[in-house]
Amino acid sequence: MAQTGRPLSPHLQVYKWQVQMVTSILHRASGIILAVGSLLIVWGLASLAAGPEAYASFTACAGSALGMLVLIGWTLAFFYHLANGIRHLVQDTGKGYAIATFVRSSWTSIVVAIVLTIAVWAYVLSGGHA
Amino acid sequence: MSKDLRNPLARARGLGSAKEGVSHWMLQRVTALALVFLTLWFLCTLLGLLHADYATARATLARPWNAVLAIAFIVTMFRHAVLGLQVVIEDYVHTRWLEVASLVLIKFIAVLASLAGVLAVLRVALGS
Repeated sequence: MAQTGRPLSPHLQVYKWQVQMVTSILHRASGIILAVGSLLIVWGLASLAAGPEAYASFTACAGSALGMLVLIGWTLAFFYHLANGIRHLVQDTGKGYAIATFVRSSWTSIVVAIVLTIAVWAYVLSGGHA
Repeated sequence: MSKDLRNPLARARGLGSAKEGVSHWMLQRVTALALVFLTLWFLCTLLGLLHADYATARATLARPWNAVLAIAFIVTMFRHAVLGLQVVIEDYVHTRWLEVASLVLIKFIAVLASLAGVLAVLRVALGS
């Protein structure tokens, strides 16, 4: 917050939670997560360039319990940001602002993200033969 | 008397008070659209390499189209990330020196990471 000591107008805490604001907040949160994750992609590519030993330690980290947990969270953040990002691109054309439509598309982003994350990890955990 | 208080030249340029018009907004959307395809390509490639050994993974990335798409993906991703993080920082960091320092820091990190990523792909693709 600003270091001015001036009174502030009402912020998030005075509003009832609704899905429209959740999708907006999640879009920023998932964006930040993906920005941090992009550094891990570079790590992976650099290890591939560096040689078999570096790549083995990278895949060992990614395949560990903690690594998998991070990757699952990352997948969810990615699919959410993707689905909601496409929703925003559609809204940029001026469509989808009626309240009922807006709420429905909000829920669609969330559900699509969860379903795609489950699908990808079902594929991964079943050994990639689904 | 004119109803518009803006200088006619400023109006014609249409760049607004930030002097860059809608370029930030537009670049965010264009990179987003590119990333829809690039990220899905990256994810599919990654899933295809799930149980691949080192040589297979390296040979896959070394294929020309994959190397080109990987470089496009890295550069576009970091460009998009900086644009997004910039807006978040501008919205929530209200201490001026901290705001400016954060904005410069994310740009430094993004440029270094992009260059490191591109170099890694080139090393794999050119086999050195």
